Amino acid sequence: MTTIEMQPPRLTVGPFAWLRKNLFSTWYNTALTLAALWLLYALLRPALQWTLTEARWGVIEANLTLFMIGQYPRDQSWRIWLAIYMLGGMIGLSWGVWREAARGFAFIALGAGLGFALISLLLNLDTWINWLIADAVLLVFYASGLILQRRRATTAALGWLLYFPLVFLLIAGMRFIPWLPPVATGLWGGLLLTLMLAIVGNIGALPLGILLALGRRSKLPILRYFSIGYIELIRGVPLVTILFMANLLVPLFLPVDIRPPDAVIRAMIGFILFEAAYQAENVRGGLQSINRGQYEAAQALGLSGALTMTFIILPQALRAVIPALFNSFISLFKDTSLGAIIGLFELLRIGRAVLAQSDWLGTHREVFLFIFIVYWGFNMAFTYGSRRLEEALGVGKR
Amino acid sequence: MQIRAFWRDIRFLQVLAQVVFILFLALAAGFLYANVSANLARQGLTVGYGFITNPASFDIGESYIPYQSSDSYGRAILVGLVNTLVVSALGILLTTIVGSIAGIARLSSNWLISRLAGAYVGVIRNTPLIIQLMFWYFGIILQLPAVKEAVALPGPVYLTQRGIYLPWYEAMPSFDSWRIYVWLALASIVIIWFIFRGIQSRSDLPIPLWWYLAYILAPVLILWVGLLFQPEPPLKVNIPELTGLNFRGGLQLTPEFAALLFGLVVYTGSFIAEIVRAGIQAVSLGQVEAARSLGLTTGQTLQLVIFPQALRVIIPPLTSQYLNLAKNSSLAIAIGYPDLFSIAGTVINQTGAVLEVIVIIMLSYLSMSLFTSLLMNIYNSRVRLVER
Repeated sequence: MTTIEMQPPRLTVGPFAWLRKNLFSTWYNTALTLAALWLLYALLRPALQWTLTEARWGVIEANLTLFMIGQYPRDQSWRIWLAIYMLGGMIGLSWGVWREAARGFAFIALGAGLGFALISLLLNLDTWINWLIADAVLLVFYASGLILQRRRATTAALGWLLYFPLVFLLIAGMRFIPWLPPVATGLWGGLLLTLMLAIVGNIGALPLGILLALGRRSKLPILRYFSIGYIELIRGVPLVTILFMANLLVPLFLPVDIRPPDAVIRAMIGFILFEAAYQAENVRGGLQSINRGQYEAAQALGLSGALTMTFIILPQALRAVIPALFNSFISLFKDTSLGAIIGLFELLRIGRAVLAQSDWLGTHREVFLFIFIVYWGFNMAFTYGSRRLEEALGVGKR
Repeated sequence: MQIRAFWRDIRFLQVLAQVVFILFLALAAGFLYANVSANLARQGLTVGYGFITNPASFDIGESYIPYQSSDSYGRAILVGLVNTLVVSALGILLTTIVGSIAGIARLSSNWLISRLAGAYVGVIRNTPLIIQLMFWYFGIILQLPAVKEAVALPGPVYLTQRGIYLPWYEAMPSFDSWRIYVWLALASIVIIWFIFRGIQSRSDLPIPLWWYLAYILAPVLILWVGLLFQPEPPLKVNIPELTGLNFRGGLQLTPEFAALLFGLVVYTGSFIAEIVRAGIQAVSLGQVEAARSLGLTTGQTLQLVIFPQALRVIIPPLTSQYLNLAKNSSLAIAIGYPDLFSIAGTVINQTGAVLEVIVIIMLSYLSMSLFTSLLMNIYNSRVRLVER
């Protein structure tokens, strides 16, 4: 009997095996790895050196408030803090009643609050306490949400429905509330304006988008062709031209004796008209995903066409397009930066204004990188939260 | 037979709804028209395209068709349109390459490569294009050294704050007599295509991959024969050289053009990478295994099984990315590249012809979009799944 000599199997666990498997498995993988390492070194070394030694990050520190709220009256900044506390409260409440669905957003909000508090402390700002208050409010509302269990969904949904109009009122102010004097939209700026544009654009576009989607699937030819025409026209031209048009044409379209709205409102109209066409296509996708049986079942129960749509079809269709709606929020959030071209003082335009300050000439890289990071961080956080929400809702799994 | 009241008849209601909708649209249009004419009358403006032949009297930084400031507004807008088309066409070509490479790199078994591609996609997709454009333009290209201390890359390519200088071909006087060989070379490609199609239609087996080399070899051979009969080469490489205060010769890309092209390619490429990755992943593993068990080689599997099915998934979203790139080229206004939108803006400022110029802008972009989707739809219908 012969014994078969066998080599012991090659190591398959441990760091060296990992390296061999993932980086140096074949000769061309080795070459690729080395090339990538060299590229990383060639790019990162000067970049790191610049970030740590040459960059003048003081430009961000000196203008931080400007970047965040623009020319918003400093003595009224408590309103923005109140809006942030309310946001913390709403996120906490949602976390309490919806559990896993809102957990992603809640973790993000808690982490962001702590992170900003830490940054404020490092920069010697007294705003650290505000961020901690926001986190505390979030936790208090989480606890009350847990207790509130019984009327959970309605309370939280109603809260969100009221939240955005309330915040808009709070920030814009009212003529006949003495402790809430109006703040002209021309003074809104920075991240505040960027967020307001994205939120107003998305929420304002949703009803219009639903109507257009229904119109596009309608059996009535005139309604259908009108919807198709509108959607394809808007999707065929760049957003910049629509903003530009809204800026120039809204005053022309209004009656002569009406004072035209200011640039921010005009831009919001442009964003809503633009976003509606894209959301119509999202909603149409959702409508198409609804099984025919749902219509037939509703008909068998004796529901009219409008009732079927409102109570059977739309709730299911909208639920199916939650991921698409979150994606379009992110993309509109990025697109608000085009407001700079028509003269809105959103984040990018504030950056241009800061670059014109005589103390900070030539700090383009620092300013643009900072704005870059703000957008990137916000979008990553939002993507994470919405992904957790989708997982919890089981969208796309049914 | 029971007679129903006519206002309960569904057909009547449908007609009524449409009539009401048309009436509503007509009223809205009439209201807007009255407002526009009242507003224009108050500002003392008249509507009409008369201004289009007036001299524009402004200069344009770069132009691919002859233009001077005494030319008409119409000509100026045409210059902008051509600039937009040039940057869009080049951008679409380059971004397809960048996006495909990045998409395939994300699927690489090499950990570092797939992570690098993932980081590229994650960072670029999540930040606004306009800020990227401004960063490339103000933060990088304008911060490059002056012409005297130009960064020289192999090529030679010179990077300076006044633009990028590349070697370029220059036609010699003998180019005209050589032109016939260029046409012959192009014709050879078409002839080979027909021959291959003939072979393919008579055989079940695919054409071996290396036969496709004929597409390159035949034209090269014809051009080489052409060269033998020519006393001097028809093309000369023109290398940029520093003479005096500036580079001469070669091809100069202005800082605006370079930043816009680079920004558009990098941004759209990150979206195309995701599309390519999803398209390849959409081909199920069973297809590959089935191809292997039929005895197809790796190359044949790629050529006959994976690519045709992946393309079907890739083409529709790719089309919308091409359209996005063309539309996004309007952000050129932020860095001063004279594209259609930015020149049209100047024309509006000078003439006050808001409505007329906006109609021109909208029609131009719409026809560009429709033309691109038409081309891509034709291509899509060729690769589409033919069901029984």
